[in-house]
Amino acid sequence: MPLFADPCARLIAGADGNMTASDLLNRLFMAVLTLLGVAVIVFCLLRIVPGDPIAMMISPSATPADIAALRAHYGLDLGLPQQFGIWFMDVLKGNFGTSISQRRDVMELIGERLPATLELVLVATILSLALGIPLGVLCALKPEGIAARLVQAVSLIGISTPTFVTGIVLILTFAVTLGLLPSFGRGETVQIGPWSTGLLTASGLKALILYQLTLIMRLVRSELIDVLSSDYIRFARARGLSARHIHFTLALRNALMPVITVTGLQIGSLIAFAIVTETVFQWPGMGLLFIQAVSFSDVPVMAAYLLFVGLLFVLINTAVDLLYALVDPRLRGRS
Amino acid sequence: MRGASPLTENRGFLAGMFSSRSFVLGFGLTAIFVAAALVSFFWTPYDATALSVVDKLKGPSLAHWFGTDHFGRDIFSMIMVGARTSIAVAVVAVGIGIVAGVPLGLAAASRQGSLMDEVIMRANDLVFAFPALLIAILITAVFGPGAVNAIIAIGIFNIPVFARLARGAALTLWTREYIFAARVAGKGAVRISAEHILPNITNLLIVQGTIQFSLGILADAALSYVGLGAQPPIPSWGRMLADAQTMIALAPHMALFPGAAIVLTVLGLNLMGDGLRDIFDPKLRRSRS
Repeated sequence: MPLFADPCARLIAGADGNMTASDLLNRLFMAVLTLLGVAVIVFCLLRIVPGDPIAMMISPSATPADIAALRAHYGLDLGLPQQFGIWFMDVLKGNFGTSISQRRDVMELIGERLPATLELVLVATILSLALGIPLGVLCALKPEGIAARLVQAVSLIGISTPTFVTGIVLILTFAVTLGLLPSFGRGETVQIGPWSTGLLTASGLKALILYQLTLIMRLVRSELIDVLSSDYIRFARARGLSARHIHFTLALRNALMPVITVTGLQIGSLIAFAIVTETVFQWPGMGLLFIQAVSFSDVPVMAAYLLFVGLLFVLINTAVDLLYALVDPRLRGRS
Repeated sequence: MRGASPLTENRGFLAGMFSSRSFVLGFGLTAIFVAAALVSFFWTPYDATALSVVDKLKGPSLAHWFGTDHFGRDIFSMIMVGARTSIAVAVVAVGIGIVAGVPLGLAAASRQGSLMDEVIMRANDLVFAFPALLIAILITAVFGPGAVNAIIAIGIFNIPVFARLARGAALTLWTREYIFAARVAGKGAVRISAEHILPNITNLLIVQGTIQFSLGILADAALSYVGLGAQPPIPSWGRMLADAQTMIALAPHMALFPGAAIVLTVLGLNLMGDGLRDIFDPKLRRSRS
């Protein structure tokens, strides 16, 4: 979901400062501070999760002493700040505890589920960039052409259709009506070298791509139209530079700046939105793990998942900011 | 961007609005669903929560226009009441975003670089550090599923959107001469923000509001799809789709109608947003004509 207010806001906000070593440190410091904030929020929210996990673990014949012992075992008898301290130190060491519902190490569980989610997200992102940018360019350069109008109309439907609706339509057409593809799961996994994948047959991927693709395409189109009407392009035309050079070297480069931001943000939201996509298709990724954890109030898994997604988001945002400095010479240090 | 326009100009502006095809189409689609939601308060063909085992899983017919679901409930009535839930959630959530976010953004812009600006923007970053849907799922998981918690959840992620938009737009306005004139005249930051900045960023806020409204509908549908939105027996489009998925081979019409309702509503809002942006942004309009 596009949740940014204005893709250029980041550019404007960064434009006043030259990117120097101290700015870089500052940026990294802010990232660490944000992560700490995320950790505190996750901890606080999860302490008030309704449903006592201990109550789900004990047998009916447990005595109050057994319950107290179990509470002490999980450190639930300490004060909140102490609990946070212990939990945070453990987290720093990569120890997220044991899943309450599955009685397994949380890191192990996440490690198992992570490849499925990343595979879905990365392939969806790469494909939607590979298709979305050319289509966006087409629509911006020939806005009155039939192809552009068609693509533009279809894209509006694309961004209006949530992945779970696309998903159900795909299941209906391919699995139920035509009986062609497996409607859920990763399908038949195909072995390509060391990478075992079900992507080639998965409907979930197609559902994710449709939304991403249209989003990228529309962004490229509107940015490019914007750039093409700016003065420097007019001057380039007046100088008699070839249309090809103007469109692809001068204009596209500038139009793609916001695409970096949005792609970064989208990777994060794709991971989050995988919760829904994975539920539709029973794709065995982290999102499905999280939804199952929510229904069991499995706090360690929920905490680990949220922290992990928070970490990914902060990393992506920081990387996007740094990438901007690399791509845009105006933001590079002039000192 | 213009300030408060005189009446004549406003009339021309309204005419301009309805000359945009996207806007008219989007407005029409949105109006249908708003009307359905409003009418559902007084009348629906059947009681949307009434179960009727004999009528279950009927396809569309004259008696049940959109057919019935696995409990024999009338799908047309459920979609009407579901529109009410979706629209209410989205409207209140956007309202929360505007009422809390815009003043924060304006305040941050009026003292750019101050501690207040830093605190407000860093708090925004913190909320932005989580994908919206995740916040929503977290809040509903912690405080229990339901329409009210869905509203709060979606509303919270709207706050930084509007705060950033308002701050970014206000910052450029603060450098204008007429703002400087107002400062020289002795107006305070609060008065300038309310009297001169706010009217000039209203267009932007309206366009973003339309977009966030459509995102709110999508988020509400997603939440109720995974079972964290409005709880049964209150009909909701997402929940109807989730129910339909288990019956997809038997009764595809159960998925078709709520799916179409979500897509058409969001499409209508997107078209409206597109149309409004073209109307408000002459640069884009020029490049099209």
